[in-house]
Amino acid sequence: MAAFLAFSAQAALLAVAVAVFMAFYRIARGPSLPDRVMGLDMIGLMSVSVVALVAIATGQEVLLDAALAMALVSFLGTVAFSRFIERRGRRKE
Amino acid sequence: MSDLIAALALWTGAFFLIVSGLGAVRFPDLFMRMHAGTKAGTLGAGLILLGAAVEFGSVGVATKASLTFAFLLLTAPVAAHVLGRAAYYDGTEIWERTRSDALRGKYDHGWRSDGDDGASPPRPSAAGPNDGGG
Repeated sequence: MAAFLAFSAQAALLAVAVAVFMAFYRIARGPSLPDRVMGLDMIGLMSVSVVALVAIATGQEVLLDAALAMALVSFLGTVAFSRFIERRGRRKE
Repeated sequence: MSDLIAALALWTGAFFLIVSGLGAVRFPDLFMRMHAGTKAGTLGAGLILLGAAVEFGSVGVATKASLTFAFLLLTAPVAAHVLGRAAYYDGTEIWERTRSDALRGKYDHGWRSDGDDGASPPRPSAAGPNDGGG
């Protein structure tokens, strides 16, 4: 049964990799700056999931501290980028 | 049994994360993309954290995982709200088939209303017999 759980963790890691690739597509393609900031926010959320999955796959429960720290830092980055977008004035049409 | 519950949570969380990425790729509008990324992404990350908490099964890990999920649940709506407001200030294009824009004309600083002050975007013909008959 533990083998099934390890396989589930590996498969979920693969799925999250696909999701990160989709968010990266939005960062590279996104027509405006807020699109790219949203892609970065999504990648931060997915990196929390990746750290939790690696903690499951390797059995190292201390990695969840890194997940908590990553959630904090990702939120601060999104808010800072939003303040920058809001204050930089009118976008050139 | 707890392994089965943890694996189920992992599969469901990975599914929701893929759905969130798919929404970020496919939706036509920044605000719809934020709708997908914020809600489905938070749910997926929370389910994966729940799977970690169930799999390790100790109180310390459960506390850390639920603390992380509570923090995500607190900060993801705030970040999405701040980013959406900044994008609206910045003049991000709204999808052309949007039915109503409640902030149009109320939230601008001069550059948002291009000539037509405060008029909602043209509705489809569903509202026809009401405003022409009087």
